[in-house]
Amino acid sequence: MTAQAEIERAEETETMTVREAIRMALREELQRDEDVYLMGEDVGKFGGVLEVTGGLWEEFGDERVRDTPISEAGFIGAATGAAATGTRPVAELMFSDFMGVSMEQIMNQMAKMRYMFGGKTEMPVTVRTTEGGGMGAASQHSGTVHAWIAHFPGLKAVAPGTAAAAKGLTKAAVRSNDPVFVFENKMIYEQQGEVPTDEEFTVPLGEAAVEREGEDVTVVATQRLVGESLQTADSLADDVSVEVIDVRSLYPLDTETIADSVRKTGRLVVADESPLSYGVHAEIVSRVQEEAFFSLDAPIQRIGTPDTHMPFSPPLEQEVLPDGDDVREAIKLIT
Amino acid sequence: MADYTLETEEGRREALRRMLTIREFDSTAGDYFADGEIPGFVHLYIGEEAVGVGACAALEPDDYIASTHRGHGHCIAKGLDPKLMMAELFGKQDGYCNGKGGSMHIADVDSGMLGANGIVGAGPPLATGAALSIDYDDREQVAVGFLGDGAVAQGQVHEAINLAATWDLPAVFVVENNRYGEGTPVEEQHNVDDLSDTAGAYDIPGVTVDGMDVTAVAEAIEEARKHARAGDGPTIVEAETYRYRGHYEGDEQPYRDEDEIEKWKEQDPIDRFSDLLIDRGELTEEELEELRTEIEAEIEEAIEYAQDAPLPDPSEAYEDMFAEMPPEIERFASQARADGGSLGGDRR
Repeated sequence: MTAQAEIERAEETETMTVREAIRMALREELQRDEDVYLMGEDVGKFGGVLEVTGGLWEEFGDERVRDTPISEAGFIGAATGAAATGTRPVAELMFSDFMGVSMEQIMNQMAKMRYMFGGKTEMPVTVRTTEGGGMGAASQHSGTVHAWIAHFPGLKAVAPGTAAAAKGLTKAAVRSNDPVFVFENKMIYEQQGEVPTDEEFTVPLGEAAVEREGEDVTVVATQRLVGESLQTADSLADDVSVEVIDVRSLYPLDTETIADSVRKTGRLVVADESPLSYGVHAEIVSRVQEEAFFSLDAPIQRIGTPDTHMPFSPPLEQEVLPDGDDVREAIKLIT
Repeated sequence: MADYTLETEEGRREALRRMLTIREFDSTAGDYFADGEIPGFVHLYIGEEAVGVGACAALEPDDYIASTHRGHGHCIAKGLDPKLMMAELFGKQDGYCNGKGGSMHIADVDSGMLGANGIVGAGPPLATGAALSIDYDDREQVAVGFLGDGAVAQGQVHEAINLAATWDLPAVFVVENNRYGEGTPVEEQHNVDDLSDTAGAYDIPGVTVDGMDVTAVAEAIEEARKHARAGDGPTIVEAETYRYRGHYEGDEQPYRDEDEIEKWKEQDPIDRFSDLLIDRGELTEEELEELRTEIEAEIEEAIEYAQDAPLPDPSEAYEDMFAEMPPEIERFASQARADGGSLGGDRR
């Protein structure tokens, strides 16, 4: 379904930011299900360092919105053990770069327990984390690591590109009985969009959205690059008709929507902020080649972070950070 | 009430039965591993029976435990069925984990057993999490995290205990000090003499008990359980015990000599407990022999069950990954089902 159709189907929408959409999702899920609670560093009284959970502690109290010690392995491990024993924790990892600190509990416990136990436990844990460069936060607070999780068997990963997707995916993650990571790009928290206010609105895991229909080239984008690709598509509208897809769910990945689009346009640009080698881009390109190789009229183009860390100094950061201009150049190269 | 408690004659006899069952299960598993019938690695609990049995004797049936590499003993102490455990060791469909876990990962969450664990120090965070669920839901349980002396050096263990302590969660951390972290003596891994001394850093109780004495272990865990249930948070209980076998079966153990092992065997936890019961007139030598014979037959039956149990169909390799299976896996699952279970086959 196209994103526009999803919004039109919704009876009521409100204009809000991505940050507000995620907060709305968390509030609604806390209200809906008493098994759900939030935990993480400074998510409570402080409201989250990027202010996503602001106001929820005041509304729901200490039991439902829990500040943890600074100990990612400890509280991600505790969230894992709690999920296996009947509650539904939503843990916030302040910056995705800190995931390394807790990776043992993520990859060997959270991801493997259900399988190794022969399916005899559920793992209804959600991990929210922030990604991305653009704030001058330097290498240890700007990483885009979602390929690690999307690559690792036993985990599901989503990465919204719009405010509506942010609400719908967050709610779907909380409701899922599988471990789901929600990767929020910190540079789109202020981005506005129409968001369904229906408390039952969710975006199913594994469904991409066609955000803009076009005929000549498909841009498959994630997170911040969805918005930038839409702007680029608008600016090129007189010359080339660009279809823009928000991937939304990295694992499971909606191969069908992407391949259908490429069958129509014959051209593909993949835009994702993660490092280019061995990652999300490669996976999308591989699937398109498997499904729609004979529909391709031009070489597939990849836009991402060169295999560098995110530098601190603004001109350096701007140099490596992919944006809409890179998408424009890629489109021009193959049309 | 607990399944068994050291406070009644019947319970003490059951505790002895479980200790004997662990010893027989593990020595038999060692034999079948040596014969090549059990794949992978096995890490045996022989010599440490008083710790698992003492701890579980002080727990209620619905309390949780998170275990270690050396998990067979904890499983039996918690009441898991040796037949299904052995089937798991043999990689059979009827094993506790449908043949996907093996020796290092036997688990049965319905019995409160949150898994043996192949990662040193990974169990305590899971126990803290189970204690979080208990606390969140106001349930009347506790969660016990077992860890070895080697795991005390792991960062995530510290984080887990600190979190449980700051939140006053109903958890107990049981350090099984069996003198070796894999092949390195405990003295070379820690500066403190008593590993329970670390409790001071969390401002929680820490005790060191004779881990070859099932009664001493049970009393310490009972106290820790009461403390946890009163809302006063976790306790660290160090049980000083000894690993009779190598780190894993096949370990040639260049790091210790036979004399040391023999010296510890003089304190054998099963002999000590059975002697105590005989001295008290609660058990006769003949009854002990009968018990041993019964248990040998039970483990023999477990072996037969495991040998006769079916291997999993290859398509089972794709089951149990997720509550909701994604198309990425479903395509392999449906292919394997279509192949009718032929081994190997095309990966695409």
